[in-house]
Amino acid sequence: MKKKDVPQDQNSIFEGETKAVYAISEKGKIEIAQSSGWDVEAVVLKQAIEEIERHACDALNRAHSGETSALEYHMYAQRMDMTILAQASGRFKWQIQRDFNPKRFNKLSKRVLEKYADVLGIDVETLVRLPK
Amino acid sequence: MSDTFPHQHAAHCETGVISTILRANGLEISEPMAFGLASGITYAYLPIIKINGQPLISYRIPPRMITRMLAWRIPGLEIKFRKFRHEAEGQRALDEILDQHKIAGLQTSVFFLPYFPQEMRFHFNAHNLLVYGREDCNYLISDPVFSHVVNADAKSLSKARFAKGPLAPKGLMYYPTKMPETIEIPRILPKAIKMTCRTFSNRNPFPFSGVKGMRRVARQIDNLEKMDSHSARLYLGHIVRMQEEIGTGGAGFRFMYAAFLQEAGEATCSQLLTGLSEEMTDIGDEWRMFAFLCARKSKNRGAVSFVEVADQLRKIARLEQNLFARLSEYRQ
Repeated sequence: MKKKDVPQDQNSIFEGETKAVYAISEKGKIEIAQSSGWDVEAVVLKQAIEEIERHACDALNRAHSGETSALEYHMYAQRMDMTILAQASGRFKWQIQRDFNPKRFNKLSKRVLEKYADVLGIDVETLVRLPK
Repeated sequence: MSDTFPHQHAAHCETGVISTILRANGLEISEPMAFGLASGITYAYLPIIKINGQPLISYRIPPRMITRMLAWRIPGLEIKFRKFRHEAEGQRALDEILDQHKIAGLQTSVFFLPYFPQEMRFHFNAHNLLVYGREDCNYLISDPVFSHVVNADAKSLSKARFAKGPLAPKGLMYYPTKMPETIEIPRILPKAIKMTCRTFSNRNPFPFSGVKGMRRVARQIDNLEKMDSHSARLYLGHIVRMQEEIGTGGAGFRFMYAAFLQEAGEATCSQLLTGLSEEMTDIGDEWRMFAFLCARKSKNRGAVSFVEVADQLRKIARLEQNLFARLSEYRQ
């Protein structure tokens, strides 16, 4: 890649930051060049974020209709999935799956709720509620 | 030293941090050189390890390995790695290092770092940064993926260092304890290059890495035809993200390796290395073409078939196998 071919597609996600890539200068030396984003990258990142948001939205709808607990929504809202939440909280996946049951979730002890809240980086108040 | 810290904007976090640490301690090693000497380049497809539900595809050796390899390869260089059980302990140890006017590298999560753009925060635990000072509760940080120095409050930094989950950093902190005066690059080169060539040769016994790994992924892409289109799109998008987004200097480290070959060629006056460096950049362009095709197919734009995308990857496998076969003839 030549230095003049380094993509400058103004990726809004970077919030004005630039990314370093290696490219060939006019003198033929390969060195760091600044890129403000590449459309190809922006497309796939957007896709990944949309996928998480889709999960979160889906979980929120199901939580409102009482099919799942607020825990599932907050898990996706914090960009986690079952594997990450299990490893971070030290609980088994099947325990988390069980806590997705609203009846079970409402009966959880304070200790467990605090653990989830801590790992998700929110407080217990937020954890047990759903956003409007 | 706070205002004049020689910050380096680098393509990749781990190589950037180690290169800056060594430079600040008086050993002139550029980022590509650190990457090449550690035999950092590879290709690995690991379906057992899942990232956001997708298989891990890596273009470099596992986290921390680059730093460890360098410490092992460069005579006289010793790097101490420390992990901590408690947050307070980790922070105290970091403060001690800073009070001695030394700098330390840290492994952190990206999600909790306040200076990262919101949309780029993912639960990725193998990010590396460097702390060079402290002002009250603010830590002065040189994060190689940013073009300028940044800072973070003690609480966020501590949270990022002790994030849980896959690849949990456990407060990992590293700093050199012994530095060599000089480094004889021509003496280390053959070893580093030989190891890389072995990974990319057909004789690599592990079928998930090197060119066999690429061919395996190509077969997977062939088979996407039978999968539902939503998962197929996500899979292709994931491949591109692993290659481009996660600080690779473009084209999954291929451009960085080309820079290494060029630098090594100059240091040893080797025509072979300089020539192969040019070819490596061409291969890098092919990788970018591959990313472009993946993104295109994943967006359902234009008439690209899965087989065409896979064929591009097979072409790259062929080119890389050929290049590393010739590189393996390099002698001191």
